[in-house]
Amino acid sequence: MNFSEVFKQSNQLCKVSPDGKYLATCVQYRLVVRDMSTLQILQLYTCLDQISHMDWSSDSLFILCAMYKRGLVQVWSLEQPDWHCKIDEGSIGLLSSRWSPDGRHILNTTEFHLRITVWSLCTKAVSYIKYPKACQKGIDFSRDGCYMALAERRDCKDYVSVFVCDDWHLLRHFETETQDLGGLEWSPNGCVLAVWDSCLEYKVLLYSLDGRLLSTYSAYEWSLGVKTVTWSPSSQFLAIGSYDEKVRVLNHITWKKITQFEHPATINNTKAVVYKEVERRPAVGADDLSLHNITIGTTLFNTQSKYEICPPPVQIPVVKPDPDRANPKIGVSTLAFSSDSRYLATKNDNMASVVWVWDMQNMSLEAVLEQCSAVRCFQWDPRRPRLALCTGNSKLYLWSPAGCVSVEVPTEGGFQVQSLNWHCSGDSLILLVSKYHLLGTKCVQKHYFKTL
Amino acid sequence: MGEWWTTVPIGTSMGNYEASRISHATMSPSRQNNYVSMYSLPLSKSSYSVISAFCTEDNISPCISYINQELDSLGLSSICIEASSPGGAGLSAVPALNAMYELLQIHRRNMCTLEELEKEQLKKTSSLEHMQMNNSRLKDQLELSIREKSGLHETERQLQLKIKTLQSCLKTEKDEVQKLQNIIASRASQYSHDAKRKEREASKLKERLSQLLVDRKDKKLAIDVLNCLGRSDGRRSHWKTAKATASHEGEMYKSLLSDYEASQRSLMLENAELKKVLQQMKKEMIHILSPRQSSSRRATADDTQEQVDSDGEEKAGDSSRETLDQSCEHAREQLTNSIRQQWRKLRNHMEKLDSQASQVQNQLESNKEVIPRETHDEEMERMRHEVQQCKEFIHTQQQLLQQQLNTSFDDETAALLNDCYTLEEKERLKEEWRLFEEQKRNFERERKNFTEAAIRLGREKKAFQEDRATWLKNQFLNMTPFTDRRRCSSSDGHSALSIRSEPEMRISSTNTQPAKSSTYATFSTPKPTQSATVPSTTELYRTLRLIPDSRSPRQRQTFNSFACRTPCRTLCSLVCPPAPTPSGHRKSAPSCETTVFIGLHFDATGKS
Repeated sequence: MNFSEVFKQSNQLCKVSPDGKYLATCVQYRLVVRDMSTLQILQLYTCLDQISHMDWSSDSLFILCAMYKRGLVQVWSLEQPDWHCKIDEGSIGLLSSRWSPDGRHILNTTEFHLRITVWSLCTKAVSYIKYPKACQKGIDFSRDGCYMALAERRDCKDYVSVFVCDDWHLLRHFETETQDLGGLEWSPNGCVLAVWDSCLEYKVLLYSLDGRLLSTYSAYEWSLGVKTVTWSPSSQFLAIGSYDEKVRVLNHITWKKITQFEHPATINNTKAVVYKEVERRPAVGADDLSLHNITIGTTLFNTQSKYEICPPPVQIPVVKPDPDRANPKIGVSTLAFSSDSRYLATKNDNMASVVWVWDMQNMSLEAVLEQCSAVRCFQWDPRRPRLALCTGNSKLYLWSPAGCVSVEVPTEGGFQVQSLNWHCSGDSLILLVSKYHLLGTKCVQKHYFKTL
Repeated sequence: MGEWWTTVPIGTSMGNYEASRISHATMSPSRQNNYVSMYSLPLSKSSYSVISAFCTEDNISPCISYINQELDSLGLSSICIEASSPGGAGLSAVPALNAMYELLQIHRRNMCTLEELEKEQLKKTSSLEHMQMNNSRLKDQLELSIREKSGLHETERQLQLKIKTLQSCLKTEKDEVQKLQNIIASRASQYSHDAKRKEREASKLKERLSQLLVDRKDKKLAIDVLNCLGRSDGRRSHWKTAKATASHEGEMYKSLLSDYEASQRSLMLENAELKKVLQQMKKEMIHILSPRQSSSRRATADDTQEQVDSDGEEKAGDSSRETLDQSCEHAREQLTNSIRQQWRKLRNHMEKLDSQASQVQNQLESNKEVIPRETHDEEMERMRHEVQQCKEFIHTQQQLLQQQLNTSFDDETAALLNDCYTLEEKERLKEEWRLFEEQKRNFERERKNFTEAAIRLGREKKAFQEDRATWLKNQFLNMTPFTDRRRCSSSDGHSALSIRSEPEMRISSTNTQPAKSSTYATFSTPKPTQSATVPSTTELYRTLRLIPDSRSPRQRQTFNSFACRTPCRTLCSLVCPPAPTPSGHRKSAPSCETTVFIGLHFDATGKS
């Protein structure tokens, strides 16, 4: 495992281009584009203000930089450094900005979700979409970039509009049977739209591309419902994480529940492997060589933690949520399928230090990773069944079916890994680390680039 | 007088006795009287002289009469105390004594009864006491239970009170719940109403805002692009037309259709796989079920219905298998039906097996002690018997072995065995004897031939010598004048010689005879006396053609034939490698070598 040097970045804005060739980072009001292989700076752009959002276009030719405070969006071209584009949303303000899948249109959501402005870079044309709904995930493009589904709210009723991204033609517009639509997501094959209600009600609706209601699923009533919904990359499964600490998996034929994964506080499953991270204080002067259960070149680094395999039953630390506060920290909030749809990683919010990995072939618990501190972020390798996670300390953790490893990030002065991103080739991983200065509240955030 | 006294009193006493008994039994009311009188009597006696004596000198007769009266009343009427002399003071002793005796008897009896009664009385009193105690105990119990009952009553009352309060509580709670539910419902409706109102307001505000924005013609709202970009796909943008709409629709349906097709394809594949599995399962099921059916057909009659079902169903299964590929509704139904039926049957079968197994187990458990024991015992007995037999057998065998090994055993069997052996030996000897006889005869014949031949030879020799002698004599005679004398002497010598040879021959024949008998095979020829006249045996044999004339030429001939045959064989083997035998090349190689060796060897011999 090789680590690159540390680069500065701000607002955790650091993205690899979709083709994997370039790396764009934002440092205050500057945009730096580097070559991914050499990490040499290719381009340097200067924006009008501190960048709050940055995104690559799908063809990796343009970079969008949004400055929400100013209501401005600036677009830069990689091929033509002189080319520039500035979009001003005016006094209405800007809430979010994103590329359309073709990379020639920019969709800006204005303050109060008043409207969505679609700017065309080809014709300078502007079009508005009214009544977008303010919700968890109100807009989604299909994987092939043909269609856009948008949640709308009119007359206290929820609607879904399906647009053709090509010319923003409204293809379908239908009312949904939701009390308060919480989000929508296209299946990866782009033919089924999953729509779920807000957390007050457990309801998942499945619509066909042409607006027909395919199925409705509701596991229970009278208690907080859906927290997150994720499609498997094969479109075969729809995993629903809910406030009752369970994940329910629907199949794509009957849209009925195949199985449900519970997250018990005591693991009695003998088939699952429970990896428990054990921290060790390094002895003074002792040459602490790593003791991982797999050694992938780890002898280079002194580690202070290792994984131990615990025999069942294993008690998992559970934090009881405060019932009086809104959005209680309970239930499954994060779901991620591996790229081959073989594994599902989940995190239950009241067991924040634990990541559960489920085998989707046997529909059983495969592994449990119990960390010492709360898991910040986890992401699957886009090529292999390999899970990377970070817990806000100076370590990176990797899980694969073969085993589990913790890697100390070699830095001087304990950087804390806040977030991570896989490169699309699965060869490298971008770690977003932060270091808090002793005095100020301002934090300098840097990122690591690292080749595995 | 005396007789009268003796006879009468007895009769009277008898009657008296009975009467007294009767009186004792029947005259209970008068008993008290009796007692009184009886008690009063000794009392009066004791105080006889002192106070108011019953009888005084003056009142004897009234006393007597009184006593008589009393005795009468006591039922002793027959006994009559009389004054010994009328008006006299004495008493006639006999009746008085009788009366006394009777009275004493009565008294004793009464005492006895009194005692009994007293005993009874005691018993009664004790039982009474017991009863009283019992009674008091029961009374206590009663008291206790009454107290208990009252206590229970109290608790019951309290509980009922509690129930009442709880019921009222429940009612109030229910009311509360109802109220709360109502409140919740009203709140919910209010909330939703409010939310809707707020949302409407918000949307109105939004409308207003957007209107304002439109009205104000926000100057800032702008896009500033250096030069417009081409579309990512390189095409030019289209106008929004009906055609475009239609094309969008078409595209959409196309993608939907392709998706459905893909899913259908995958489903079909899956279906085919499942069908395959189903078919295999069905086949296996039929396979599993068929032997059982045949066995059950034989076994039970009540399965016949099932049999019919299964037969019909098997047919159905076959037909369904045929139609399996046509995925029409009918075939599917048939298939599933048949599968279901077979499955049911399998299940039944399994259940039956299970029940059988459990029964068997039960039986084993229950009859472990009863039925198997009999059979077990029987078997054991049988086996024991067998073991016994075997033991005996072994024993006898051992005995026999012992007998054979040790000759020192009982005389009878030994004699018998010896007899056997001797008999056998005799037989063998006889056989040998017979053979020997035959050989002897042969030898005799040969000897005869020999002797004849020898005689002939001798004669010839003799004739020859005679000829020679005559020739020599003639010669000599021719030279000398004594021809006659000479002839005579030579003939004498010849005869003597011939005479001497005769017994020697005889001796040699006798010598050879035992040697011949000892070994049948060896032709030890009689040793010829080394005389010039007798020829050697080999000569004899040769003349008799008993020995083959020449062995070596024939031998050489065979050798030669072998030698001339082997070289060509070796040539063959040298030219072409020996054909590999099925057993393997390796095995054939040494044989080849040997042939070569032999060939060479014989080649050399052949050359030489």
